[in-house]
Amino acid sequence: MQRLKPLVPTLYIVFLMLPIYWLLSMSFKTTNEILGGFSPWPQQFTLDNYRKIFTDSTWYMGYVNSLIYVVINTVVSVLVALPAAYAFSRYRFLGDKHLFFWLLSNRMAPPAVFALPFFQLYSSLQLFDTHIAVALAHCLFNIPLAVWILEGFMSGVPRELDETAFVDGYPFWRFFVKIFLPTIAAGIGVAAFFCFMFSWVELLLAKTLTSVDAKPIAATMTRTASTSGYELGLLAAAGALTIVPGAIVIYFVRNYIAKGFALGRV
Amino acid sequence: MATRVENQKAWWLVLPVVLLVAFNAVIPLMAVVNYSVQETFGNNEFFFEGVRWFKQVMQSTRFRESLQRQLMFTAIVLAIELPLGVAIALAMPRKGIGVSICLVLMAMPLLIPYNVVGAMWNIFALPDIGLMGWGLNRLGLDFNYTRQPVSAWVTLVAMDVWHWTSLVVLLTYAGLSAIPDAFYQAARIDGASKWAIFRFIQLPKLKHVLLIAVLLRFMDSFMIYTEAVVLTGGGPGNATTVLSIDLVKIALGQFDLGPAASMSLIYFLIILLLSWLFYTVMTRHDEA
Amino acid sequence: MAAIHLEQLRHSYRARPRDDVEADWALRGLDLRWTDGGAYALLGPSGCGKTTLLNLISGLLRPTRGRVLFDARDVTGLEPGERNIAQVFQFPVVYDTMSVFDNLAFPLRNRGIAAAEVDRRVREIAAMLDLDRTLAQRAAGLTADGKQKISLGRGLVRADVAAILFDEPLTVIDPHLKWRLRSKLKELHQRVGLTMVYVTHDQTEALTFADQVVVMLDGQVVQAGTPVELFERPRHTFVGHFIGSPGMNVLPCQVDAAGVARVDGHAVPVASASPGGARDRKTELGVRPEFVRFADSGLPVQVERVSDVGRFRIVDARLGAHLVKALIAEGQDVPAGGGHLRFDQARTQLYADGWIVD
Repeated sequence: MQRLKPLVPTLYIVFLMLPIYWLLSMSFKTTNEILGGFSPWPQQFTLDNYRKIFTDSTWYMGYVNSLIYVVINTVVSVLVALPAAYAFSRYRFLGDKHLFFWLLSNRMAPPAVFALPFFQLYSSLQLFDTHIAVALAHCLFNIPLAVWILEGFMSGVPRELDETAFVDGYPFWRFFVKIFLPTIAAGIGVAAFFCFMFSWVELLLAKTLTSVDAKPIAATMTRTASTSGYELGLLAAAGALTIVPGAIVIYFVRNYIAKGFALGRV
Repeated sequence: MATRVENQKAWWLVLPVVLLVAFNAVIPLMAVVNYSVQETFGNNEFFFEGVRWFKQVMQSTRFRESLQRQLMFTAIVLAIELPLGVAIALAMPRKGIGVSICLVLMAMPLLIPYNVVGAMWNIFALPDIGLMGWGLNRLGLDFNYTRQPVSAWVTLVAMDVWHWTSLVVLLTYAGLSAIPDAFYQAARIDGASKWAIFRFIQLPKLKHVLLIAVLLRFMDSFMIYTEAVVLTGGGPGNATTVLSIDLVKIALGQFDLGPAASMSLIYFLIILLLSWLFYTVMTRHDEA
Repeated sequence: MAAIHLEQLRHSYRARPRDDVEADWALRGLDLRWTDGGAYALLGPSGCGKTTLLNLISGLLRPTRGRVLFDARDVTGLEPGERNIAQVFQFPVVYDTMSVFDNLAFPLRNRGIAAAEVDRRVREIAAMLDLDRTLAQRAAGLTADGKQKISLGRGLVRADVAAILFDEPLTVIDPHLKWRLRSKLKELHQRVGLTMVYVTHDQTEALTFADQVVVMLDGQVVQAGTPVELFERPRHTFVGHFIGSPGMNVLPCQVDAAGVARVDGHAVPVASASPGGARDRKTELGVRPEFVRFADSGLPVQVERVSDVGRFRIVDARLGAHLVKALIAEGQDVPAGGGHLRFDQARTQLYADGWIVD
């Protein structure tokens, strides 16, 4: 039984890699070859799909747009979540418990419910089709998540650290930036990772709030599927490329993944 | 948690968060509530209708069927993903190079945009040009998810399991790593079997993590939209039309503001209620 | 009951340790014999190998070299569960979801003991440990010392247990409860007569608990003996230094051609029978502050500080570049400024490269 143990994760990983392999394999085939019949690997290997994406601005701008709003959202979410998490962790104030639960409840908000209202809200503010709109919209669920994660990590830091700094005469912001933040660096990394993740993968709101200028890659892909009639090879290549930022991010935080999922308080 | 100091000035620290979230949450919700009790005939005239839309939604078979499908979907995926995720986490290596490789590869499905996940599985499961579809048909099964409801359900569930089990795995793995060695050592000395170790040491210490996993998976599976819509579009027919797909059809497709709004509120309330139930049940079990 | 014999033990945490590289080894060459029913302490600073040694005895680790024998039976290959030992860890290990009763019953049930017997044994041990009133409670609700008692109880409850090993068990206990748990352990030892091995870095715990103390440093046994032996005749400067509060005075000295030990030129009579043999090595002189007193003649010193600790005073005296501590009883005079110190010859040891010169 002991010897079978490595088999379980191996099988699971093979299961995970199969669809990804299929996507990659399709990205190197022409659409004709894909539709023509079944073949486990490309018979006529081609880089045309990737070439198209890297040269056609309607395509590569999609990635750029997505990256822009995801980065804006991550930065904003983490920045505002930091002082708030500190407040929840260190202080009691009127309505603090209720506020915390209300924040968490927004994580439970179905994007489907907010699609139409967001469309109307952001349109009325002349923010339709901007990166800011999507970045702000994603704050709905990312800020509560960031506050939740950061509060967990902050509660693990003993109050003596704060008190010593204040006794030593540090003004609050200097203490916060120079002493406190480095202590919870791992927590900030985790929060940023999750914000990036949930913003990068979200499509419904991103598609609803954009049309041309800030169009995320996800929307470009779905538009192509319906109008130009299933250019499968191209879609596959586009899809494969969306995995890249994710893979890069995981690689950089791989050492924190296990610790990070512990959310500091498990 | 260490004792907290009473300080009303803390509200200044929380203010940016409150403003941003309230902007995104309260204003739209107010609009939704507004629409849910009004009728419009399109030319921007609104007439108060009271609870008419709520009644209509609750009584409509369409809503009830969508809700049923949703509940069934959530139940199935939770029943698969939770035990599977825990089992995989238990079997993962604790030390050595295998750990990094495992973690990175397992985390990959979590970082793929939802529509790419849907599109991937859409092709992957096609009977003639997809690896899975072709493979299953080759094995003699009559599999075509675009035509057969059962196949569609199988594909939908398989996709969700593929997509999200890793979340459970990573959470459980983190929880297991937090158990101090001394517990395993004491168990060896006490002569405990592997099952006893799981039941009396690992499972109790994983309670908190599993609670997070259950809540997250419950909420997210109840809200599923993009992957499902790209995969099956709700079909064949409306075999896989879960709640959010139905809602978006009504709201963005038909622009039936009243019914859409009231359905949204009911939807949101259901999630809140069930989440609260889950949470209370699991934490009360803890204190018992 | 078991007599424990550790034969030629060497242990390394590396996969392929090199025999000639000292640093690869956590334990370097041990040979110890412990009699049945004794109380032993493993004393030493962090990193000296005492926890490694304990884990080798209990079977949580397999030794790289050497054997472990219980009553002349080779148990080196046996799992902890097969070895009839119990171990109490640094922080309390209890099975949170079970009651105190079930916790104590756990090892017995795992071995398939009949329910009636389990009940009898558990109640007996619980009474011994003053846990009988809490048997129905959930183990998670007890205080730290209660939980440690449960850990201890799980060891005692097995009728066949040969030895109990303790790995710094009082670390998380409140100071005012420590003495209570300590006396309980001593009482248990006298009552049950099991071999007990107690690992600690606290000399007070070691010296009050054990019949024999094994002092370790850097993976080696430096001295094994009764508390009195360790106190009066430390075989290594480390032992002298580590034990006693304040520790032994260690002064560098030279052995001259005539075999007389000299500190800064002043002759000091030592207990060693043949000091001359140590001439070419790094020699030091060790004497406990208890055996240093002021006299009319002797080593010339300047009194730097006198600390009053109740029934006696600790005097810091300066002899050239060296500091000598003396313990002066109440009622005796301490000269202000300069004075002379005499060391009790029988208690003044000569050390070469750290080790005693007999």
